[in-house]
Amino acid sequence: MSTNGSKPLLEVEGLHARYPVGRGIVGTVSRAPKLEVRAVDGVSFSLKRGEMLALVGESGCGKTSTAQSILRMIELSAGSIRFDGEEISGLSAKELRPLRRRMQIVYQDPYESLDPRFRVGATIEEPLQVHGIGSKDDRREEVKRALELAGLTPPELYIDRYPHELSGGQRQRVAIAASLVLHPELLVADEPVSMLDVSVRAGILSILDELRDNGLAVLMITHDLSTAAHYADRIAVMYLGRIVEEGPTREVIENAQHPYTRALLSVVPKRDPRERGTPQILRGETPNSIHIPPGCRFNPRCPMAIAECKTVDPELRRPAASRDPEHRAACIRV
Amino acid sequence: MTPLLAVEDLNIWFELPNGGELHAVRGVSFDLEGGERFGLVGESGCGKTTAMLSLMGLLPPNASVSGEVRLEGENILERGEESVSPHRWSDIAMVFQGAMNAFNPVKTVGSQIEEPMRLHGVAEGRVARRQVEELLERVGISKDRAARYPHEFSGGMRQRAAIAMALACEPKILLADEPTTALDVMVQAQILELLGSLASDFNLALILVTHDLPVVAQVCDRAAVMYAGEVVEAASTDALFHTPRHPYTRLLFAATPDLHAGGERVASIPGAPPRLDRPIVGCPFQPRCDRAFAPCPIETPLLKSVGERHVAACHLNDHVREALPA
Repeated sequence: MSTNGSKPLLEVEGLHARYPVGRGIVGTVSRAPKLEVRAVDGVSFSLKRGEMLALVGESGCGKTSTAQSILRMIELSAGSIRFDGEEISGLSAKELRPLRRRMQIVYQDPYESLDPRFRVGATIEEPLQVHGIGSKDDRREEVKRALELAGLTPPELYIDRYPHELSGGQRQRVAIAASLVLHPELLVADEPVSMLDVSVRAGILSILDELRDNGLAVLMITHDLSTAAHYADRIAVMYLGRIVEEGPTREVIENAQHPYTRALLSVVPKRDPRERGTPQILRGETPNSIHIPPGCRFNPRCPMAIAECKTVDPELRRPAASRDPEHRAACIRV
Repeated sequence: MTPLLAVEDLNIWFELPNGGELHAVRGVSFDLEGGERFGLVGESGCGKTTAMLSLMGLLPPNASVSGEVRLEGENILERGEESVSPHRWSDIAMVFQGAMNAFNPVKTVGSQIEEPMRLHGVAEGRVARRQVEELLERVGISKDRAARYPHEFSGGMRQRAAIAMALACEPKILLADEPTTALDVMVQAQILELLGSLASDFNLALILVTHDLPVVAQVCDRAAVMYAGEVVEAASTDALFHTPRHPYTRLLFAATPDLHAGGERVASIPGAPPRLDRPIVGCPFQPRCDRAFAPCPIETPLLKSVGERHVAACHLNDHVREALPA
């Protein structure tokens, strides 16, 4: 597959996803104001073929909700999603169906995402049957091809086995094979290795790496900055439903500008005991996304905040100290 | 000088329902000084949690144990429960994996921290309540939260409360099993900072059990690397990273991505650990090792000194003089 020039495969603009929150009986009776969780609160980014973008952030920052609303697994409240140039945010389930096979997802937990009663071959074949693709023999060939892509070779060794006969790493490879069998153009990988042992993680990530080199667009959701730093082409850091910094990986890691990114990077443990820096530990917890602070959402925890930060909601723009034209941060102080 | 804790040739077997036996911990030895921060690193199933549970005398009934665990010279394994129980919680305490999710939801956090104090006769009534408040403050929770329920605490706060609970009887040694695994990196940093300051401010010896090498590298002075129930290498964390003397240690570091090692290749270790319900012949890591040679599949390598407070169980150290490349 060629990389089709530089036109993005996926363009997301002003994405919002909100969920209503129960007020309880007392709240309803007393007509307390209706509350909502603003899980995704104005997210914009784009992703090209042959590119891996890592959405990183702490739990509750909206990274998974962002991915799910792109795949239309949850309804978005506002915003635009263009896939290969076509606006898909308003499409009905029926209209979406032909697009579904072009975008696939791999989940975090290979112990839960595979049906224990299905043999590996049947699990991988299922999407082909659902979409009514090929004859039985064709499908068998496709299943083998997918197993090989996922590094389960020779495929004959795995095709008739059950998930319980496989290790965690092998199960995740089966899940990847099932996501690849439809030849998708976009793959969303939601914490693909966080359940796996350290010694097998690199094997799974190098599969994604290779698929990316062959033209697949990969959106990786991860809380692990070291993994993102190692595999992604670009990193987008999310905080409370918004991307606060984004850019090419090396630039974001080595020349981070947003105070949240800088704090986050400072607390990532390094392998070398000689590199014990001074972690810049933010106190308290991330506020919940029902009560997003006015102005800059990070201002109550920000070491650099000034009065203006309480009123101005900063937009992503190129920071003064950036060394790369594609580097963006949402902070009025940089 | 007698170390605070000396574990010597610890072996643990589990009887299996099918009549077989699983040798989960195989001849583990290490020691610990007062106030030291020691890491026990390894992947799932390597026996690190089982070894820790034996120090607490909390193994399930189908387990049998041999070897010595000497606490200030006294072998606490000698007479089973009788010799362990006086030290449980009062000398050696443990924060279990997932402890933060194990609070009783219908009791206040304060009353749950008070319980071990009452049971061990440390304190009661108003005195106990005051101690609970002190403990909470010590782990960074405001004392007026003692009357709150677990659901009113965030994950990080519940983990702090779990640590406070383990400290209730003022132990000398704290075993912390994967204390930050389910936490976000910022909260992880807060908890690791807390554990570090408890070690230095109260001369508490810490054994940090984790699969996460960078966490150990940042927190611990020394560490032991476990594989298939054995300690394959133990040294200062600096030596483990810069001059490892066991291929598993080196390969595990190489499989761990680092923020600033951009161009370096991260490589997985092919294969899987051996089954522990069958005898292991030779070196347990040999089938996955990139440096295996003639003696490895036949002879079991012994844990030998390879430097100052540095031991490793690898035949290469007998045959190859120079250190393995880092």
